[in-house]
Amino acid sequence: MSRNRPPRVPPSEITPPDVHAARRRFLQGAGAALGALAAAPVLADAQPTGMPLTFRRNAAFSTTEPANSWQDITTYNNFYEFGTDKSSPSRLADWLRPRPWSVTVSGAAEVTGTFTLEDVLKPHALEERIYRLRCVEAWSMVIPWVGFPLGDLLKRFRPTAAAKFVEFRTLFDPKQMPGQRLPVLDWPYVEGLRMDEAMHPLTIVAVGLYGRVLPNQNGAPLRLVVPWKYGFKSIKSIVRIHFAEKRPRTSWERAAPDEYGFFANVNPEVDHPRWSQARERRIGAGLFESRRPTLPFNGYAEQVASLYRGMDLRRFF
Amino acid sequence: MTPDQRLRWLAKPAAFAACSAPLVVLAFRAFEVGGLTLGTNPVAELIHELGRWGLNLLLVTLAITPLRQLTGWPHWLRFRRLVGLWAFAYVALHMAAYAVIDQGLAWEVLVEDVLKRPWITIGLAGFLLLLPLALTSTRGWMRRLGRRWQTLHYAIYPATALGVWHFYWQVKQDVTEPVLYALGFALLMGWRWRHARRRAAATGGLATTAAVDARR
Repeated sequence: MSRNRPPRVPPSEITPPDVHAARRRFLQGAGAALGALAAAPVLADAQPTGMPLTFRRNAAFSTTEPANSWQDITTYNNFYEFGTDKSSPSRLADWLRPRPWSVTVSGAAEVTGTFTLEDVLKPHALEERIYRLRCVEAWSMVIPWVGFPLGDLLKRFRPTAAAKFVEFRTLFDPKQMPGQRLPVLDWPYVEGLRMDEAMHPLTIVAVGLYGRVLPNQNGAPLRLVVPWKYGFKSIKSIVRIHFAEKRPRTSWERAAPDEYGFFANVNPEVDHPRWSQARERRIGAGLFESRRPTLPFNGYAEQVASLYRGMDLRRFF
Repeated sequence: MTPDQRLRWLAKPAAFAACSAPLVVLAFRAFEVGGLTLGTNPVAELIHELGRWGLNLLLVTLAITPLRQLTGWPHWLRFRRLVGLWAFAYVALHMAAYAVIDQGLAWEVLVEDVLKRPWITIGLAGFLLLLPLALTSTRGWMRRLGRRWQTLHYAIYPATALGVWHFYWQVKQDVTEPVLYALGFALLMGWRWRHARRRAAATGGLATTAAVDARR
């Protein structure tokens, strides 16, 4: 057969239009069915749940990077109070009863005592802040928190001049936090900030996620978010705030002082003794996207680098 | 079918399928077939699962001699190369996933990791110990090396120890799982030690045992 001449098609091989249409419909149906099959895990992804909150968006303090999904943020958690697996906090979160809740305030402040959660939260207008979160394990997410500046809360207790640090403590109750039955860390979890870090406008108390009440596995009912520090500084399910004169010894510092410092500022130049902090894996980027460079202070250097002027960040890691 | 044919045409393919099953499942999860996924951090999950299966199969390989001694069935030995090579395959894929997918073959990063991070150094050392074992696993090499083949293949002991240590060292805080692997390894090594001692007592000297071992 000549290459240039199109082959002659006998009429018997031409598909009648109605048969053709029927085939198209069949293929479309099959395509849709396959599509639905492929989309099934996506459809099965958890959608935001929980009570909607009233808040305003704070664009000035938010990144424009795409946020991680509700599914990612609520099923991939480091919250050792519920086990050391990333998935165990979401599985065991129902054990925690975040209401009623109270917070005890003590130390170098004029107003101390035990306050109900409602008293703690009442005066504060909520805002949404989309922050990067960089875990010390070299992965990161982008998270739309709902909360308010920690400084606004701390000022209400009128800390005295003696207050140089703030110490925070997570609930200790193995009945609600089954991971505390194992001595993985020295319970209860303790974290701390220098006073100027605590008062910095980027530091917030988060009570919500994606416009909803904070899920238990993310640290309900109230947690810290300090976006320029490694995630473990952002203590969850806080029951105690203590104004201290001396630097508190944090849980991770006690567990491995050479690996986890008090400051724990995100710093690509200072490696963890066992792994590099120069690059990070953005959760949700998929299997075939390589790591991205980690930014000094997790990209918040412009706002916070001045807090550490003159400090040797290799020594005070 | 003779017992030998059953072994060759049924049992060995079954063992092959069993060893490859975790890899097939991982491939399904990686390409999200049938709703399976590698979860929220797919790269970490893939690397960890490949490493875990490498260790699992190394321990199975090490369990073959005790199994033979316990059951008295000599044919366990015919599965050892198959399982050992699969163990090597998982370890090699574990390393490849780390180098290619996780680090994007950034050579300067890989070199720095090997030089600066002891847990990666010992992981690589374990792999390098396994490499000649995989290469000399053929009948031809067994013949060529003769008695030295067995001596060379004792390298699976330090290689497995390094693998378990590598796992232990990279865990952030909860070492339960690597400790379980270490216990499994200790059990298999303990069995060998006890067996060698018994044999020594029976034959009246360690030298004879070594000679017997070498011939096996």
